[in-house]
Amino acid sequence: MGRFLYDLFYNTDTVLAGWSAAAHASWAAHGRPAVALDVLFQLCAAAAVGLFLVLNALFIIYFERKVAARMQLRRGPNRVGPLGILQTLADTIKLLIKEDIIPDAADRGLFRVAPVIVLAATFMLFVVLPFGKGLTAADINVGLVYFLAIGSLTVIGILAGGWASNNKYSLMGGMRSAAQIVSYEVPAVLTVLSVAMLAGSLKMGDIVTAQPVYGYVLLQPIGFLLFLTASNAEINRAPFDLPESDSELVSGFVTEYSAMRFAFFFLGEYTNLFLAAAFATTLFLGGWRGPLLPPIVWFLLKTYFVVFLLIWVRWTFPRLRVDHLMQFSWKVLLPLSLANLVVTAVLVKAL
Amino acid sequence: MGDAPQPGPVKTTSDEFLLNVGPQHPATHGVLRVEVTMDGEVVKDIVPHIGYVHRGLEKLFENRTWEQIIPYTDRTDYLSAIANNFAYVMAVERLLGIEVPQKVEYIRVIAAELNRIASHLLWLAAYGLDMGAFTPFLYAFRDREEIGTMIEEASGGRLTTNYFRVGGFIHDLPPGFFPRLSAFIGHFGGKIDEYDTLLIENAIFVARTRGVGVIDRERAISYGMTGPCLRASNAMLDVRRDTPYSIYPKLSFDVPIGRNGDTWDRSKVRIEEMRQSLRILRQAMEGFPEGAYRVRVPRNIEPPRGEVYAAVEGPRGEVGFYVVSDGTRKPYRVKMRKPSFSNFCALPEILRGMKIADLVAVMGSLDLVVPEIDR
Repeated sequence: MGRFLYDLFYNTDTVLAGWSAAAHASWAAHGRPAVALDVLFQLCAAAAVGLFLVLNALFIIYFERKVAARMQLRRGPNRVGPLGILQTLADTIKLLIKEDIIPDAADRGLFRVAPVIVLAATFMLFVVLPFGKGLTAADINVGLVYFLAIGSLTVIGILAGGWASNNKYSLMGGMRSAAQIVSYEVPAVLTVLSVAMLAGSLKMGDIVTAQPVYGYVLLQPIGFLLFLTASNAEINRAPFDLPESDSELVSGFVTEYSAMRFAFFFLGEYTNLFLAAAFATTLFLGGWRGPLLPPIVWFLLKTYFVVFLLIWVRWTFPRLRVDHLMQFSWKVLLPLSLANLVVTAVLVKAL
Repeated sequence: MGDAPQPGPVKTTSDEFLLNVGPQHPATHGVLRVEVTMDGEVVKDIVPHIGYVHRGLEKLFENRTWEQIIPYTDRTDYLSAIANNFAYVMAVERLLGIEVPQKVEYIRVIAAELNRIASHLLWLAAYGLDMGAFTPFLYAFRDREEIGTMIEEASGGRLTTNYFRVGGFIHDLPPGFFPRLSAFIGHFGGKIDEYDTLLIENAIFVARTRGVGVIDRERAISYGMTGPCLRASNAMLDVRRDTPYSIYPKLSFDVPIGRNGDTWDRSKVRIEEMRQSLRILRQAMEGFPEGAYRVRVPRNIEPPRGEVYAAVEGPRGEVGFYVVSDGTRKPYRVKMRKPSFSNFCALPEILRGMKIADLVAVMGSLDLVVPEIDR
């Protein structure tokens, strides 16, 4: 039993491969098609990821509220459950049973679809995320390209939500978000490219294993900071939270949303926070690798550390103005990331 | 003023659209509405609409006895109740020709300066929120809470204090007030430095406020702006210094001024003013005299015929009361001169041609209190 648990945590890939082989063997013995089994496996993986996504969002919201409270001389949630740990669950249930309001003037179809697009896009990103050795839903060989492509799909949902609400504040929030995500995508891609050059692969699993023990963060310190900044902007968090800046645009693109649809946006937002941290971990901090502790634990520890950094930033800085935001991307981040890319390219070639 | 509210819808061209900010918008801090004509994110024109909390206070005063008016003065500006008490009580005392004891003057100045710090702290908190920084809000409230406790011990109220009376106070300062005050003076200086570095000197904050919402000296004076908003425009005007009242001539303090009249200067001036208020508090505590906390006045005051204008320097600017007596138990007329109204009038002038995000930054920097605009 102990041996099995050890293998489950430390050699997850072999355990899973063993299960797969055994299942395939018995499946073949019954004369059933192997494709059906593969589909079944994928469905199980999808369910597991979905479960993780929800639980993780519940935890991150609680984590953020507690950390923020610490920084602000407050106690944070402490009423529902021990230490308030069930507060988010209670909030979620409240959101789920609230009345779902669609404004009369809204584009009903689009209004309904928008939150689903946002959540689906974030959900799809989990496909290439390596949680541990062999713990990737599909380690495709263009994982990095997939991550960048799907990562910017969120903007469609946000823009659609802002447009469909037929509210000026929502529309401005949606437009800001579109401009912001598209602008910050560019420096993000350029910094990720230097990582790809160092690793010599676009496959997530290879990037993790190609890193030295200390991760790429020491080889790419500027790249790490650039990536963190750009992805913080891409997930619309303070100080880049202009699309929903409450003092200017009421709530931006979520102004008209309530109940479950609002919960979807919210879930997407916090999952995106986790994903930004998770990809920063995978690309720069050595992913799941680390001594003694099981890979999955290392991965989560590092990711939550990055999440903590992002929370820290959020509760410290005031918000940028929208034109400063664009200038910062095109005039500061872009040249820096280009320079970083060129220097990396030269060094990779020379050494 | 060319910006009087226009009847009917504002005309917009095809590139423009109308944005209705308020009356319930997080950045208006109360029920205030501005109609903004926008071209994309740029403000083309702005039409303010006020009057949502108009209560007809000045008319109401004519049906109240002189003493009954004091609690109403609290409610014109709930953040500087003491400054309003001060100005009104001073006006009535001048009508009556009463000279109050030195101790009363000292307590009044201490209360007024504490009130100024509390008001500036609330401005800092709310302005931080406007600029998207949530944390300074709670820091400022922590310190404002201490002032609230002190004021509550002295007067019984925290916000609408109804503290001053014609001729002095109802009670002497409570025991334990001065230890609390000196503890506050002791640590609050460091807190101001913290807010200064955390928010006011923050690079993002400076980028958003430097050179934004500029109003030059002449324009500011012509709009009748007073208080920190005027002093930020490089105009040295402070009622405490220019038309001295109470014990202010005995105290040494600087009047901080800004150079450019932009949003950042207005913020910086308020931070500096909190430091100066601390200085005043320290001096008032050291020179605190013994004596009576009131002079006897009749239960029903009937000031002789006459009119008096008395003004104090409130947290937002000159708070003035013009009182007219016809020799009866009720005033013939009370006119209030409130700083927020004049400061607010300059808003369209300041804002034209700026970004929507600047609207929030500028409006917050004027430190408007809506019930004071409407009265």
